[in-house]
This record gives sequence, C-alpha cells and structure tokens, in this order.
Amino acid sequence: MSTIPLDYETLRLIWWLLLGVLLIGFAIMGGRDLGVGALLPFVARTDEERRVLLNLIGPTWEGNQVWLVLGGGAIFAAFPPLYAVSFSGFYLAMIVILLALILRPVGFKFRGKVSDPRWRTTWDWALFVGGFVPALIMGVAVGNVLLGAPFHFDDSLRIFYTGNFFQLLMPFALLAGLVSLGMIVTHGATLIMGRTNGPIAERARQLGTLSGIATIALFAIGGIWVALMNGYVVTSTIDPNAPINPLGKTVELVQGGWLRNYGLYPWMIAAPVIGFAGMALATLGLMGRYRWLAYLGSSAGIFGIVSTAGVSIFPFFLPSSTMPNAGLTLWDASSSHLTLFIMLLATVVFLPLIILYTAWVFRVMRGTVTTESLSKNPNAY
Amino acid sequence: MIDMLVVDLSRWQFAATAMYHFIFVPLTLGLSFMMAIMESVYVMTGRDIWRKATLFWGTLFGVNFAMGVATGIVMEFQFGMNWSYYSHYVGDVFGAPLAIEGLMAFFLEATFVGLFFFGWDRLSKVGHLVVTWLVAFGANFSALWILIANGWMQNPVGAKFNPDTMRMEITDFMAVIFNSVAQAKFVHTVSAGYVCGAIFVLSISALFLVKGKHVEMAKRSAVVAASFGLASALSVVVLGDESGYVATEHQIMKVSALEAAFHTEPAPAPWTILAIPGEDGEPIWSLSVPWVGGLITTRSLDKELPGIYELVDRAQERIRSGMVAYEALEQIRADGSNTEARAVFEETWPDLGYGLLLKRYRDDVQNATDEEIAMAAEDTVPEVWPLFWTFRIMMGLGFFFIAFFGLWFYRASRGWIDTNKPLLWFTVFLLPTPWIAIESGWFIAEFGRQPWVVEGVLPTFYAASGLQVLDLVLSLSFFVLLYTVLLVIMVILMVRIIKAGPKEKLFTADDEDDFVITTLPATPATKELGS
Repeated sequence: MSTIPLDYETLRLIWWLLLGVLLIGFAIMGGRDLGVGALLPFVARTDEERRVLLNLIGPTWEGNQVWLVLGGGAIFAAFPPLYAVSFSGFYLAMIVILLALILRPVGFKFRGKVSDPRWRTTWDWALFVGGFVPALIMGVAVGNVLLGAPFHFDDSLRIFYTGNFFQLLMPFALLAGLVSLGMIVTHGATLIMGRTNGPIAERARQLGTLSGIATIALFAIGGIWVALMNGYVVTSTIDPNAPINPLGKTVELVQGGWLRNYGLYPWMIAAPVIGFAGMALATLGLMGRYRWLAYLGSSAGIFGIVSTAGVSIFPFFLPSSTMPNAGLTLWDASSSHLTLFIMLLATVVFLPLIILYTAWVFRVMRGTVTTESLSKNPNAY
Repeated sequence: MIDMLVVDLSRWQFAATAMYHFIFVPLTLGLSFMMAIMESVYVMTGRDIWRKATLFWGTLFGVNFAMGVATGIVMEFQFGMNWSYYSHYVGDVFGAPLAIEGLMAFFLEATFVGLFFFGWDRLSKVGHLVVTWLVAFGANFSALWILIANGWMQNPVGAKFNPDTMRMEITDFMAVIFNSVAQAKFVHTVSAGYVCGAIFVLSISALFLVKGKHVEMAKRSAVVAASFGLASALSVVVLGDESGYVATEHQIMKVSALEAAFHTEPAPAPWTILAIPGEDGEPIWSLSVPWVGGLITTRSLDKELPGIYELVDRAQERIRSGMVAYEALEQIRADGSNTEARAVFEETWPDLGYGLLLKRYRDDVQNATDEEIAMAAEDTVPEVWPLFWTFRIMMGLGFFFIAFFGLWFYRASRGWIDTNKPLLWFTVFLLPTPWIAIESGWFIAEFGRQPWVVEGVLPTFYAASGLQVLDLVLSLSFFVLLYTVLLVIMVILMVRIIKAGPKEKLFTADDEDDFVITTLPATPATKELGS
C-alpha cells in the first residue's frame, strides 16, 4: 500500500499509544464515577447525602463511560485478535463486569423515581456493585495479562482457551485488582472532597487518605513481585512491517522479564515514578484538604500506574502461558495497514472534538453540589 | 469438530440481548427528535406549554435511554466474547464502523444527554436547544454506523480475504460506507424508530385526551406525533421496498424464503399473500396476486426470481469451488511461496465461505463427499415459514401505520383531535405495535441471513467462540433474568410517570412531585438508611 503516508510500523506504534490513551482516559474519567460508586454506601449515609453524590457524577458519568465503549471499539478495530482472545478467554469475568455495569445506568435513573427507603437502599447497593466490581475485576484482568493467559491458536488462527474463571483469581492477579480498586477509590474520594461540603467530604477525605496509602504500598509490593516472577521475552526478531502472524515468533519465560524494558528504554521509568508520585500527592492533598492537588495527583497516579503495566509488557498485549509463541504483541495482533490508517484519520478528526465538548460540559456542570442545589432541578437524581 | 449446542446457545444469547436492546433504541431515535422539535417550538414561541411537553417526554426518554445504555454495552463486547472467530476473521472491516460509532456518535449522545437533564437552569434557551438536537443527532449517527457494520454482514463489499493473515481485510472503505444495503437499511431502520416514537407519543397523548387530563399538552404532542409519524411511516415503507429490492441482488435466497418461493416462477412472479405449509415445507395452498412479486423483487416484468431449489443447486457449485479455494489456502499456509496455490486462490477465494459450510461435517473440507456437499448446500436455505409470516406481519403493520397516521394527520389539520373517543382508545391500544413490527424486521434481517453470519463469507456456526456449555447457560440466564426484571421495573416506572403527568411548576425550589423527589425536608440530614 504505497498510497498510505505512514508506514505500518509507525501506525502500529501510534495505535499502541492511542489504545493507552483510551484506556487511561477511561481509568481517569470513568474512574471518577466507579470510585464514587464504590464509596457511596460508606461515605454517604442518609438519602440526602447519597443524592448529593449521585448528582455529583450523574450529569457526566454517561459520557465518561464512553471511554470504555470506545476502548472496546478501538481494540476491535485496531487489534482484532487481541479483542477476540481477551474477551472470549476472560468470558465469565467479562460477564461479571457487564452485569455490574448494567446496574449503573438504571441505578441512576430508577433510584430517585420512588421514595421508599428500601427501594433506594437497594439501588445504592446496586450502584456500589456497579463501581466496586468493575474497578476490582479490570485490575484482576491486568494481573492475569502479566501472568499470561492459557490460550493457543490452530493454523487457521482459531482460538482455544483452556483456563477457567477461578484460575483467574491468582494471588498476583488479586493484588493487581486491589491496586486498581485502590487507585480508583482514591480518585473518587478526591472528587468528593473537592466538590461537596460537610460530613460527606470529610468521610471521603479520610477513606481516600487510607486508600491512597494502601495503593502506594500495594503498587510497591506489585513491583517487587514482578521482579521475582517470570516475564515473557520475545527472543526472535519480528518484522514490524510484516502482515500479522501470531505464530511466527519465539517467546521465552525469563525471571524478572517484565523489568527488561526499563534497561532497554530507561525513559520508561517515568511511568512508575509518576504512579508513585501522583498517588503520594493525592494522599497529601487529601490530608491537607488541597482539592486540586488531590484530584490532579490521583489522575496522574492512575496515568502512571496504568502506563506502568502497559510499558512493562511492551511489545506484548497478552502473553500466552500455554503456548508462549502465540502471545499477542502489537506487531502480530493488529489490523491491516489500511484499516489502522483509516481509524487514525477518524481519531484525528473526532478525538479533539470529544475533548473540547467534554471540557465544555464539565465547565457548565462545575461547582459544589449541595442538598440545596439539588432542589432546583426536577431532573436531579 | 464444532459443538453445535454452544453455537445454538451463542445464537440465542445474541438474539436475546440484541432484541432486548432494540426495545429501547427505536424509542430513543424517535423520541429524541420529537423532543427537539417540541423544544424548538418552545424557543421560537416562548410558550411554556412546549417546555412542559419537552420535559414530560424527556422524563420518559430518560428512563428508556438508561435501559438502552445498559443493554448496549453488552452488544459491543459480546462480538469478542461469544463470536471470537468472527472478531478475528472480519474485525479488520467490521471493527472500524463500530469504533467510529463510538468516536463520532455515541460520545456526542452520551456527553450531552446529561446536560439535557441537568442543564436547563445552567444554559440559555438556545444553548439547551442545541444540546437537545445534539443528543438526537448523536443517536441517529450512532444508528448510521451500526447499520453500516450490519449492512456489511449482509453485503460484504470493499474487502478481500488475505491468506497470510487468515482474515478479511478492507480494500475500499468508501465501498463499505456507501454500501447500498447499509444506506437503505439505515433510513429504513431510523424511520421505523421515528414511527415507534410517534406511536408512543400519540398513544399516551390519546390516553390523556380520553381521560381529559393535561389536554393542552396532549393536543400539541399529538399534532407533532401525527405529522412526524406520517412522514416517517411513508419513509419506512419506501425504504423497506428499497431494502427488498437490493436484497434481491445480494441475498436472493433471503427473498425467496420470505416469499416461500420454492420453485422458480416464470416472470413476473406472483406475490403470495397467505399460504399454508405442507409436510415437506412447500405450500399446499396459497392466495397470490399475479405479477406483484416480480415487480417488487426485480422491478421488472421479465426478470425471474429464482426459487429456493434452483438456489441450492447454485450453492452446490459454489461449495465445490470453495473446496478448491480451501485446498489452495491450506497449501499457502504450509508454504507461503507457493505461487501456483496463490494463483488458484486468487481465482476461487470468493467461494471460500461456501467451502467453510462443510466444516460442520468434516475438518478436511477439500475431501468432502457428494453427500456432504449436498447437505451443506441444503444448509444455505433459511427456515422459510418463520420468515414468511414475520415478513407479512411487518409489512402489514407498515402499511397500516401509513393509513393510521394519515387519518390522524387529516383530523389534526381539521382540528378534530379529541372528538372521537373510539379512535382515541384504539390509539391507546396500538402502543405495542411498532415494537412488533421492528422486532419482526430484525428477525427477518438476521434469521433470514442464516446460515451466514457474513453473507457468503463466514458461516455462523464457524464464527462462535469455543466456550463451554456451562459458560453460556450461566451468561444467557443471567442476562435474560436481569433484563426481564429491569424491563418490568422500567414499565412500572413509566406508568407512574404517565399517571403523575407533566409537572405544573418547573424549576422552582418548592416543586412537589410524587415520582421525582425534588423537595427536601426543611431540616436536612435526618433519616439514616440501612447500610
């Protein structure tokens, strides 16, 4: 395809980055709402308090969730084999995430339509599940990616996954789940502290401080664990401009293999550093009631932590534990050259627009949410 | 070998989740435009009744939209979850419109839908109106890209199989976008959504008029719905005919099945209104109009519509050619430099999908027996009678809607809106009909495409993930259970909202209402919820 102005290798790298942007975008934007959901029953105890939290995230959560929808769509379009293997392999985990996510839109809409306290409490717990479960399980999934998933291909590239749901619950994967939950809860707490008053803000501040410290500790333990466990290393050369061939490389297991990239590309150290520093700033911000420091700190912390996972496994997306050579990398799991280019054009046009109008909507909805501000709008949750 | 039980359960799950999702989508499509129209009138005239109407229909829209979002995310994820070989095999083509849908449409819709509800007192009148229109356009752009994706499954243009990567790859993206099937389907589907929204508004307004409640709002809503509905109903049928016609070019088998045309009739073929199937599946009695079938399906008096048996014979030939393609593909996979095999594959690749039909009977497709080829060719016939009847239900309702909206439009233009009680009651009870027509339409489109998931390219059974039966039993029961519970709750809430009627006072601190708690007790922070 000589008419495509960017070569295949560059496009694959760009899409690796863009996928990172979308997933981090979801972790930060959607993480606000998941975090507030996970904190809902603990931070807010009366109906009025809970309504304050729901109306804090209510006007913007739908847009935020589209980062996840778009992340899913982008994996499908830019890395179809990755989409096929990961979504079918982690089948029951995906079902659990979906069932939890289904509860969110209806929880927001249905809860306020009936004033019976039992009704409302039920939906509060549904919204808790809708925030807590995805935050935890998405982290468990990332943990399993680092461990490698039990899948292989036949010669027609049909996929065979030989694990089951309970095998996903390995200690390291659970640790990753807790890191994910911790960072998202911290992020939600910074938002609550920043945009509400009174006892809710105070409880969020205290819980957020705890989860911030826990996240830093768990992330550090994760780092040590990764140094001690096996990582996957491509030992043959891959032609980054060749058509995809997930079976055409050799992969070996090496102890501490996931840390090799930091020797090869020292700048990648920035990712874990930003992860630690961001979470530390978020914790300090929560302790000292600096709302912007806390919010920006937890956003940076999420950016750093998710990036750490991404750069550590580069060029892998999803290594295979049962047939290491079949592990998926950005070079052998991508779409065709032309598709990547078309998708890049669409992204270059629409992503800046999305960021612009999202920023505008956030600006319109800015300000502190209080019980008084709710009573003005008959559409409030 | 493929576990057909897993395939069947996967199909049931996709059908169930898609049909649930499409209970909510058409109402979103239609209601969002009608809300935008009503709010436009409010901004232009400044009359508060129009804002009241926008808010009332908006409340119902919100409940419905939440269900659409809840069921929609499952749709996007389950291609990968349940149809992993499909995702690999055609993801290069099919993934792109899906991702662009997110970029261009769903982001717009989902970002602004929050402002629609929460922005009334934060935006200027015109500012809010723009937001409402953006929600409506977002919903409709969304439908455009989804139907481009679906249109490609019906008519896979602009793509080619690449033996080195074992998948279909885009060769011409413009052909994918401007696929005639996709464009006709888009207009047909969104128009059906507008009809659905119009019947919804008209039916509930008729209820208010019969009961003498909220008469001013109901009259205005009914006028909007009658005119919007008439235009949409016309568009549905015209574009439905267009869909029927283009289908004859690409999916002759589907049309022959819809018509229960087992044998090729001399042109112009008759159109069967009703028929009774015999034991062998062929009709033993039928009532037909001469010529009409040929006119609809071929738009000519001299072209024949081939019957099912003739199409099965043609499929046999393509399967034989597909076996050659498959053998060549195996040789290329074994040795990429085999130029002879590549030349053979270049000639025969469009029939590869037909060769894959044999995968149901044996792995080494190239060695299939005559008997297996005959069975695979038989498999290309979708089940005739469910298609035959749902098609007649859909079409009957489509024509009925034109007459119905025509009557309403005429009466509205005469000012006779609330004078005829029987008509009002009749209108109330019509509420479920657009959903019957719409779900029938999707059934025809998807069930009629069987055994293909992508027409001529990939058989459905070969596209499914290799999951365990237990996985699917669990997921299918969870989905059906949860969706049904939520659907029942949604209907109960909608009834409550309708009973409560539009809010009299808007955006005041002392607005009392029994279905939206807008007023808080004077002393906040009181009752403790069990937690």
